[in-house]
Amino acid sequence: MIGILDYGLGNISAFLEAYSRMFIPACRVTDVQTLGQAERVVLPGVGSFDGAVTRLRSAPYFGELVERVVDDHILVLGVCVGFQMMMERSEEGSSAGLGWIPGEVTFLDSKEPGSRTPLPHMGWNDVVVNSDSPLMSGLDESRFYFLHSYRVVTEDVGTAIATTEYGSPFASVAGRENVYGTQFHPEKSHHWGLSLLRNFAGLSPC
Amino acid sequence: MLRPRLIPALLLQQGDLVKTKRFRDAKYVGDPLNAVRIFSEKEADEILICDMDATRVGTGIDYRLVSELAGECRMPMTYVGGVRTADELERLVSIGVEKVGLSSAALGRPDLIRDCGTSVGRQSVVVVLDVQAGSKGREVFTHSGSRGTGVDPVVFARQAEDLGAGEVVINSIDRDGMRVGYDIALMTELRESLEIPVTCLGGAGSLADVADLYRHVGVVGAAAGSLFVFHGRFDAVLISYPSWQERDELYSVSTSPP
Repeated sequence: MIGILDYGLGNISAFLEAYSRMFIPACRVTDVQTLGQAERVVLPGVGSFDGAVTRLRSAPYFGELVERVVDDHILVLGVCVGFQMMMERSEEGSSAGLGWIPGEVTFLDSKEPGSRTPLPHMGWNDVVVNSDSPLMSGLDESRFYFLHSYRVVTEDVGTAIATTEYGSPFASVAGRENVYGTQFHPEKSHHWGLSLLRNFAGLSPC
Repeated sequence: MLRPRLIPALLLQQGDLVKTKRFRDAKYVGDPLNAVRIFSEKEADEILICDMDATRVGTGIDYRLVSELAGECRMPMTYVGGVRTADELERLVSIGVEKVGLSSAALGRPDLIRDCGTSVGRQSVVVVLDVQAGSKGREVFTHSGSRGTGVDPVVFARQAEDLGAGEVVINSIDRDGMRVGYDIALMTELRESLEIPVTCLGGAGSLADVADLYRHVGVVGAAAGSLFVFHGRFDAVLISYPSWQERDELYSVSTSPP
């Protein structure tokens, strides 16, 4: 069973709908009981870094979630701000991140003079896979929907699974061991998104 | 490469899907859930839902319907209509709407844009400007085109960006449903004035009009109603939307030198 973490932000029903279409069991996680049923979890998120971190930390299952991810190594997929929260810190706010992936979140600003890249980065963009991670299996030539102004910078470049170009390249998918994240929205990315969510459901536990 | 966005725009009136001409003469087009489902099957880039009654008639936001529509969407959805407070906008985001449009309320109280940006992040805050552009100049209207404000759209769009909007949608009242092409001049000026994404709605009669917008304005949102819901000379209701290949061709044709 895949648990979709509900802490009042993010499109929980879109993930449930996507998994239901693929006949993959998924449930909404609102408390310790529902978290107990999940063998892997998705951490969605929209909005600001501090707002999302504050809400997640006050969810009734938060302590249990940290134990299961950090100690039991259950698989977790962070999406958009859910992904950013898994880093150590963000330029967008002052709250501490979860620190599940070493690195930080910085403003997605193109430093190149003359380049015109409106922000937020909004719309469909290419995702170039640069590792053989099973999460991106079959997605070598894929495009996904992005909606963000900040990006993840991993400390270890090896944890960047895929990159996307917007002004400059950034990590659009990253992960190590049991912890993965995507900057784009797989739940809103049509058949490419469904493939990625199916891949996540099929990853072998650590 | 970031692509331009081609966006079906759907109007709601009393829970039905309708299409207007110059914001009047609403014609029944069908059931909104069904239409959203079809656009989702066709893998539309995004979808824009506008509830015409929410502000003008004062019915408020139909959260149940919006939540059902968002659940059917496997692409991002923008909802516009009747949003007056940051709490309402936050509630819409929490039920699965990626982007929420502010219109009448933002014109009356621009600080609302800042409050909303602070509460959910600028990427979810869209400012929708209904614009009448005639020989006597251009002006933003509110309440589904029924009230003039005397405000210039580009001046207000810049203010909205400064306050924390993440996108500006220009909705041309005089081009709505008329299939005369987009207001390229206004969109070009807007693109040059803003750092945030912009979207144009109103006037598209064919995919050639969309290509024309891309050619002049670049990576932009192209939204359309009639183009995707009507077919043929007598406006028979038929939902259509180009494939990924057709969309890619449309964009590459528009960027290649003539």
